[in-house]
Amino acid sequence: MTPVLPDGPLIDEAVGRLVRPYTVSDGRTRATSHFTLVTVVQATGAQTQGAFGLDHAQVLALCERPVSVAEVAARMQVPAAVVKVLLSDLAEGGAVVADDAPPPSPGHCARPDRDLLEAVRDGLLKRL
Amino acid sequence: MASSNDCDPLPAGVLPVGIKVLIAGGFGVGKTTFVNALSEIEPLSTEEILTAVSAATDRLDGVENKATTTVALDFGRITLSPSHVLYLFGTPGQERFWFMWDELSEGALGAVVLADTRRMEHSFAAVDFFERRGIPFVVAVNEFDGAHRYRAEEVRTALDLTQEVPVVLCDARVQSAGIRVLLELIQHLLTTRSSHGSDTDQLLRA
Ligand SMILES: Nc1nc2c(ncn2[C@@H]2O[C@H](COP(=O)(O)OP(=O)(O)OP(=O)(O)O)[C@@H](O)[C@H]2O)c(=O)[nH]1
Ligand SMILES: [Mg+2]
Repeated sequence: MTPVLPDGPLIDEAVGRLVRPYTVSDGRTRATSHFTLVTVVQATGAQTQGAFGLDHAQVLALCERPVSVAEVAARMQVPAAVVKVLLSDLAEGGAVVADDAPPPSPGHCARPDRDLLEAVRDGLLKRL
Repeated sequence: MASSNDCDPLPAGVLPVGIKVLIAGGFGVGKTTFVNALSEIEPLSTEEILTAVSAATDRLDGVENKATTTVALDFGRITLSPSHVLYLFGTPGQERFWFMWDELSEGALGAVVLADTRRMEHSFAAVDFFERRGIPFVVAVNEFDGAHRYRAEEVRTALDLTQEVPVVLCDARVQSAGIRVLLELIQHLLTTRSSHGSDTDQLLRA
């Protein structure tokens, strides 16, 4: 069966509203690409300088222990893209650190090395 | 759910690396059920903003017709070790939105395509998508009650899968069944790595 591509505007109640990138996070769309849904972040405990708002404080409170971008977004009930902007503000100020996983290359799946695959396998086997 | 303690944070110390696996398949095939049965946290959902490339590319000015849309993703977490955390993302079911999966698969280890033998054609789009992009996947047949039981080879034929794609039977509601499906995916990744000689990192280390 060939999937049918929409030729009208990409709006559908089943999928959600159309948004333009600049409508999120006060119109800021700057580089947040190093954060993915599965990037693990943690608050460092470093004092943040004044300029941060309530949203930033909420993110910080949610990542006292290591947690993924997806989890922070889900618990705040805001789109992941918004959380990525807030996190990059916090990371810039040293209030948050992220895991050092290499960023994924656009359009490609992961190219895991054997050690990683074996670690995943062993972790899964322990769950059986 | 796998754990009685839903709010357990990840272990502290060096930050673990998050690993992404996609759970795909047609509408109502059991993706959310599969994710929830495996997750150690309560079912969560996040909205991601994805780029959708429209088919109507303007050939005159060469500008691609792109738009963004938000899509809700169910996800679950499995802490594998202090340094590895696996995240399972259920992809949106409606196959007419298959084009949005492009960004979803970025950085993913691979995918599980769930199939329902009563409506096998609902999983064609997912199979096709992962095949075209060379994303490693396994097919897991979710055996609904009352559905005719098929053998894995019959499913392979029905979905026109190549011999190397593993086909496993499962019950999406059962945690151990889901773990076995994920193990099948990892084994598939390990096997295809060595047979395709892509172990350059190993060679460099030797
Ligand atoms: N008997 C039986 N029922 C199942 C099984 N897996 C899922 N179901 C039921 O089938 C229905 C659909 O399952 P979901 O997990 O919501 O499917 P989904 O793929 O997430 O659906 P969409 O997100 O809407 O595409 C639910 O009512 C489940 O309880 C199974 O293995 N056996
Ligand atoms: Mg679902």
